[in-house]
Amino acid sequence: MNQLSVVHLLVLVVRRDLLLAMRRRADVLTILVFFILVVSLFPLGVGPEMGMLRKMAPGVLWVAALLASMLSLGRLFSADYLDGTLEQMMLTPQSLSVLVLGKMIAHWLVSGLPLVLMAPVLGLQFDMPAQGLLVLMIGLLIGTPILSMLGAIGAALTLGLRGGGVLLSLLVLPLCIPVLIFGTGAVEAVASGLSAVSNLSLIAALLMLCLVFTPWVAAQALRISME
Amino acid sequence: MAINWFKYSAPSTFYGLAGRLVPWFAVPAAVLFVIGLYIGFFVAPKDAVQGEAYRIIFIHVPASILSMFLYLVMAGYAALGLIFNTRLSSMMATALAPTGALFAFISLWTGALWGKPMWGAWWVWDARLTSELILLFLYFGFIALHASIDDPRRADRAAALLAIVGSVNVPIIYFSVKWWNTLHQGSTIKFSGTSMHVAMQQSMFTLLLACWLYAVAVTLVRVRSIILERERNTLWVSELKEVGL
Amino acid sequence: MSIAEFFKMGGYAFYVWGAYGVTLLAFIVEILLVSHKRKTTLQQVRLMLEARGEV
Repeated sequence: MNQLSVVHLLVLVVRRDLLLAMRRRADVLTILVFFILVVSLFPLGVGPEMGMLRKMAPGVLWVAALLASMLSLGRLFSADYLDGTLEQMMLTPQSLSVLVLGKMIAHWLVSGLPLVLMAPVLGLQFDMPAQGLLVLMIGLLIGTPILSMLGAIGAALTLGLRGGGVLLSLLVLPLCIPVLIFGTGAVEAVASGLSAVSNLSLIAALLMLCLVFTPWVAAQALRISME
Repeated sequence: MAINWFKYSAPSTFYGLAGRLVPWFAVPAAVLFVIGLYIGFFVAPKDAVQGEAYRIIFIHVPASILSMFLYLVMAGYAALGLIFNTRLSSMMATALAPTGALFAFISLWTGALWGKPMWGAWWVWDARLTSELILLFLYFGFIALHASIDDPRRADRAAALLAIVGSVNVPIIYFSVKWWNTLHQGSTIKFSGTSMHVAMQQSMFTLLLACWLYAVAVTLVRVRSIILERERNTLWVSELKEVGL
Repeated sequence: MSIAEFFKMGGYAFYVWGAYGVTLLAFIVEILLVSHKRKTTLQQVRLMLEARGEV
């Protein structure tokens, strides 16, 4: 067997997971519908006053994105775990961390990216200004991968457990708080005439940190859960 | 005197040692609680700005410090258990978690009761209070994950990994919350005057020590139960005199 | 300072005693839970050993 390069391996894993996701398109759509539904519930709950909605918009969109990305995390490893693929993956000579990173990227492409693309449309419902929408999108673009990566750790730890879904949220949501704070902070900074750069670069720093450590940590978590 | 510490890393020897140590922590804890409360209520003078209500911080501050300290100790034991595969460290981590969560709860409760007369609200989204709340969630996560895994070995290792990830996150969370708080112009109350009265410091420090001793005593009793549960199939457990067959 | 005055805590009685009362209660509950756990664990071990002895 010839040696696979790391990049090649990544592409392979991502393509495989995307293909699997495309065969179950309903799952992807469900997450998106959930996101839209949660965001649309807020004006119904707090009243249609535009000034207040505009102020709430970044927080509502970010929290909804956080919850929506939790929904699909349970499936991140469990399908492969149940049909035995995961065990085979762990036996391959390639690094498990790279495989896990591939799965994280695929998860983000399937469940994070649609949220990023949908967010501006929902932002219009809240009468957000164009600049705020742009910053919101950039924040979500670099923030949602962090949610997928931290979520992968939780998904690996709760693999195959009863009531894993709720437990997963309990484990992962507190860890996501900094992303939420900086993401909404960026939009608020722009709204009050300040620069969003500091907030966005803090999210980018968190993203780099997660990129370095979470694949390895999630791989360790998988080893613990699988032995 | 050279003590062979490794001797006590075996659950069977530590079980006995823990049993002998419990009163040495429990009795001083009780004594120091009484002394600390006496200083706090009878020696320390009334605060010029906050009146008598400030006496709440004598228990609030030690509880907050311990809740954070115990999380780090717990993560440390969990890491030891994960890296060196020592069963006792993992058991200690499991035994510490409920006490840590309890201190986080006490810190939140007393913080709310102090905040109402000071800030006029039960809950203020102050950086410290918010981080404390998140810390409580981290404890809940650790306990829930450990409880939902049946295989004790996997439970120990999975919860250990979570504790380590959590302890890396604690400073990030704290600074992000603090930064968020200053952005939102949160109301923070500084202690009146720059120097605290000596009696206030004494009371706080005594109660901190008392709480620490209490935490150790309770953890030791709890870890003894955990050891018995895990080691119930061994010979030494069946030969214990409290099992008494 | 009279005893009544002491318990009034300068009008902050509810807050001060609420804080210390619940803390005390929390400690007592934890101690009870821990000792209960020890009792039940010992009992379980005893039952298990008895069951094994009879077989």
